[in-house]
Amino acid sequence: MTVTTDEVIPPSVESVKKSGTSTLSRVAKYTSVRLVTLFITVVIGVYLTIMIANMGGYVDQIMRGEIRERVTVQVVNNPDVRRLDPDARNQLVLEKIALEEKRLGLDQPLVIRSFRYLANALTLNLGRAQNMTSDSGSRQVRLIILERLPATLLLMGTSNLILFFGSIFLALSLSRIYGSFWDKFIIALSPTSAAPPWFYGIFFILIFAAVLHVLPFGGMVDAPPPDDPFLYFLSVLKHLTLPASALIISSLFLSIYNWRTFFLIYSSEDYVEMAKAKGLSSRDVERRYILRPTLPTIITNFALLLIGLWTGAIITETVFLWPGLGRTLFRAIGQYDTPVIVGSTIIYAYLLAITVFLLDFIYAIVDPRVKVGG
Amino acid sequence: MGVKKSMKTLKRSFQQILRYPSAVAGLIVVFTLIAISIYAMIKIPYNEAIRMWRGGEAVWYQNPKWVPPAWTNLFTSKKLAESFALDAEDSNVTKVVEERGEGTTRINYTYDFDFNFDEFPQELILYFTSQYDTKEPFVSILMLTPDGRELRIGDFAVSNRQTYRFSQDSKLQRRLGGVTPEIGLFADPNFETPTPLKGSYQLLVNGVTFEEGSDINAEFVMHGQVFGLAGTDHQRRDLMLPLLWGTPVALAFGLLAALGTSVLTMIIAAVGTWYSGWVDSLIQRITEVNLVLPFLSILIMVGTFYDRSLWTILGVTILLSIFTGGIKSYRAIFMQVKESTYIEAAKAYGAKDSRIIFHYLIPRLIPLLLPGLVSAVPAFVFLEASLAVLGLGDPVLPTWGKIINDAQNNGALYKGLYYWIVEPAALLMFTGLGFAMLGFALDRVFNPRLRGL
Repeated sequence: MTVTTDEVIPPSVESVKKSGTSTLSRVAKYTSVRLVTLFITVVIGVYLTIMIANMGGYVDQIMRGEIRERVTVQVVNNPDVRRLDPDARNQLVLEKIALEEKRLGLDQPLVIRSFRYLANALTLNLGRAQNMTSDSGSRQVRLIILERLPATLLLMGTSNLILFFGSIFLALSLSRIYGSFWDKFIIALSPTSAAPPWFYGIFFILIFAAVLHVLPFGGMVDAPPPDDPFLYFLSVLKHLTLPASALIISSLFLSIYNWRTFFLIYSSEDYVEMAKAKGLSSRDVERRYILRPTLPTIITNFALLLIGLWTGAIITETVFLWPGLGRTLFRAIGQYDTPVIVGSTIIYAYLLAITVFLLDFIYAIVDPRVKVGG
Repeated sequence: MGVKKSMKTLKRSFQQILRYPSAVAGLIVVFTLIAISIYAMIKIPYNEAIRMWRGGEAVWYQNPKWVPPAWTNLFTSKKLAESFALDAEDSNVTKVVEERGEGTTRINYTYDFDFNFDEFPQELILYFTSQYDTKEPFVSILMLTPDGRELRIGDFAVSNRQTYRFSQDSKLQRRLGGVTPEIGLFADPNFETPTPLKGSYQLLVNGVTFEEGSDINAEFVMHGQVFGLAGTDHQRRDLMLPLLWGTPVALAFGLLAALGTSVLTMIIAAVGTWYSGWVDSLIQRITEVNLVLPFLSILIMVGTFYDRSLWTILGVTILLSIFTGGIKSYRAIFMQVKESTYIEAAKAYGAKDSRIIFHYLIPRLIPLLLPGLVSAVPAFVFLEASLAVLGLGDPVLPTWGKIINDAQNNGALYKGLYYWIVEPAALLMFTGLGFAMLGFALDRVFNPRLRGL
């Protein structure tokens, strides 16, 4: 989640050699090769996730054991069945176990099942959850995920957008006055980003909820939710403040520091000195000579931020009882619900692949030195 | 040549590091943590630590439940009662044995203690153990207050092993006018609202045994409202133990994960760069696949389905952290180093590939390894805590994250038991900041691009 200059993917700078008729075929060839490699990457990544979610068959055993126990208890507690003789009862138990295993697909070997999961995932046919249900009672993985998506987008979107634009803006201001008190102050504070958001979250809950009683401990809206849309909005805002601040604070200072250092490296380029020497206003220098060449990096980070919204924040959401995707995923893991785990992973993988693919073209648009597939 | 040169660079860099105040602070923190770890491991050996952490009521019975550390009394005007335990060996306990003939023996215990606190204790308990064949000994318990009152507490026969909790004696409560014994016994009768009467108290346990060789032993335990240096949790465990023992665990996890990740990343990057071709592209593809894998989810899955042991989690963490962005940045640098003349020379005299990789390529980058390694430690320390907060902490080891998890599960923040969360959190922050500050300074020393910025 933290933005470091090292992680930035540098655009492939190539000098312009050939042009004209070959451009189209070159772009087409590059596009197809890139799409195929990205697709293979997604396939392998998702297949690995499926295998891990089953621990190579280990989870099947756990599930079989659980089914056996559940069905047996169910049958034993059924007064109608108690009257049957033991053989008939055992027969019933075995039948029910077989039925339940068939429902969860356990009657097929893992290899076959894993490929079916993979095929379904790749065609975005998310299917039905094994044990989980959405709040409205549906077992559709799509509905389970869609139900939680707004909460996660609200929390992650608010905090990450504020974090991103806030830190770039502050970093630019700092790079202008570098060496000053505020610059040193931010540098001194940047080690605080070693702690994850949930850690600040706990402190925020302690101070603002437990001691000062000004903000709620967790949740997304008051119970019962207010009817008036404006009051509802205020209530959500109140609940949003602490988790969003925790997410922002935990990476703010390091993010500012990294952007500041990044801008400083670019502002010590010769052409910037040249522009200054020409007597351009500092505003123009900043916009045209510092920000312009850093645009690919800024766009990359922004794109990665956008897809990062999807994963949610498992622990922060858990600490703040925020009903988002992260918590759903955590619950899905706890219930061995492979379809939900895979569904969440495949969407992230696709988003990532599409973003990486599109970034190549965006670089070519914003940076005249870059050529697609050049 | 490569090794010697980098050793020299290291030495010079170390002198430079000492010029950064944040680095010095970071170093002090790191050394303090190491000292605490060594102290913890020597003072409480591993098996003893596990016994104290998972031992059960027999280990923790002397401790009160959910109380802050004793030093909090220094900052409050109302002093909370401190816990104590008095058994027959204690100097404040006198045991008088008097033979009365016909096998009857009187055994009288007197427990002297001072009560100079402004709040009542949590609980008073007497733990009896006695030896007899058929006839149980009999005890009557009295309390003498500082103002000379004599309060009858109870009379009963004691079996081999018996626990008498004052608060659960409803007869005593009725006799004290309906107030619970831990309040009623210490309340000053001159006040309308219950106020503790300060001064020296005496608890008398007058026992009679009816057989030759029969004996009574009684331990008097008062659960106060504060305990020890760190307070206690929901299972009466002294939090000092997980705080102390959490230090070596956190350091071991953080350092091993950081070391394993960065060294393996570097070696793999070097191998890939040196052989190039399909090896290199394979590494690149693995890195891309790894980007798709959900890191935290996989750790949670391993913890939930397979094994929560710290070492399993450590292994998976390292495995998933090798093929990340770091490999790309190392690769870029190795590409430059690969073209150096001394590598040409090594190739010319016919050095083996492995020799070039381990003796010429990698040593050149060791100075770069250090800042990354140190800066990565906090993330791994917090990762262990994060997993523990999700309830996936090591089932055996006492760790800081497990304290926070216990506190969360027991609603520490709702109940106002702030010490329970603040203590491990402070240690985590201390560790994180220490390594992060040191890492920042190292980065500035070793990364020439940042010098002067």
